[in-house]
Amino acid sequence: MKYIGRFFRFWYDFIVGDDWRVAAGVVAAIGLTALVAHRGFAAWWLMVVLVIVVLIGSVRRGAR
Amino acid sequence: MTRGVFLFLSAFLASGVEMVEALTVVLAVGVTRGWRSTLLGAGAAALGLAAIVAVLGPAVSAVPLTTLRLVVGGLLLIFGLQWLRKAILRAGGYKPLHDEAASYAKERAQAQYAGPEGRTSVDWYAFTVSFKGVFLEGLEVAFIVVTFGAAQSNGVAIAAAAAAAAFVIVLAVGTIVRAPLSRVPENTLKFVVGLLLTSFGTLWAGEGAGVRWPGSDASLLWILGLLLASALTMVTLLRRRRARAGRSLDPAGARA
Repeated sequence: MKYIGRFFRFWYDFIVGDDWRVAAGVVAAIGLTALVAHRGFAAWWLMVVLVIVVLIGSVRRGAR
Repeated sequence: MTRGVFLFLSAFLASGVEMVEALTVVLAVGVTRGWRSTLLGAGAAALGLAAIVAVLGPAVSAVPLTTLRLVVGGLLLIFGLQWLRKAILRAGGYKPLHDEAASYAKERAQAQYAGPEGRTSVDWYAFTVSFKGVFLEGLEVAFIVVTFGAAQSNGVAIAAAAAAAAFVIVLAVGTIVRAPLSRVPENTLKFVVGLLLTSFGTLWAGEGAGVRWPGSDASLLWILGLLLASALTMVTLLRRRRARAGRSLDPAGARA
């Protein structure tokens, strides 16, 4: 059981890293962009803006 | 064409940075504990990484392209934003720079105090530390190679060639100087890699989400430019904030 826990912990640390909000922000950004794009609106600008917002939020938290 | 060049550059720089860090571990353990077991550990890790690329590469190619770009783009975005965040915080003086000379000294001290070799012909301490160092540093590179390869035709070949070129260069320089490559501007390289991974991630995740980029592949250039401008602005603001708070900037941090 301990090894399974370590296995998942390793992959969580590897993929999500030390700020889980970045991963959550990326998923939210993709979801929101997909929603807007599939309604027929131009969403290319939204994806870039959301990525920059996620970066700014993560840097701000890191600089506290 | 644009994608191919950026793809090669991204894989080359990402591989180079991780290999410099792996080289530090291998050198420290090899010099302290002997080379045979250290090189066996490094070789085993390299084989493990090659196996991951060989197995995952064709496996992910079977996934539909739109789904793949969505997942791959998302992963690249998460990796890229983490690299970029750390590089910005380091350049802004809010996080200490990675110091290869200090890492080398620490690894050597740990290797010296790890106890003598056992009765077997393999020094398991040297093997394990060397294996872990190379495998863990290389795992992210293996994922970058696989994900790049999956999202573009000939991608695995381009990314693998870039990783191989970085391996040869780092190994050659490491063999010549026989010391940790502490003069490599690691933070600047991580800054560039973070920008490239985030740009690719944005482009591919966007395509997977149904976005039509104006100018198609050429969008990579303005995305990269916009991210660069944003990142440099953040570095400037962090430095100003640190200066206003009365704390002097880490002189090494000002280089990136």
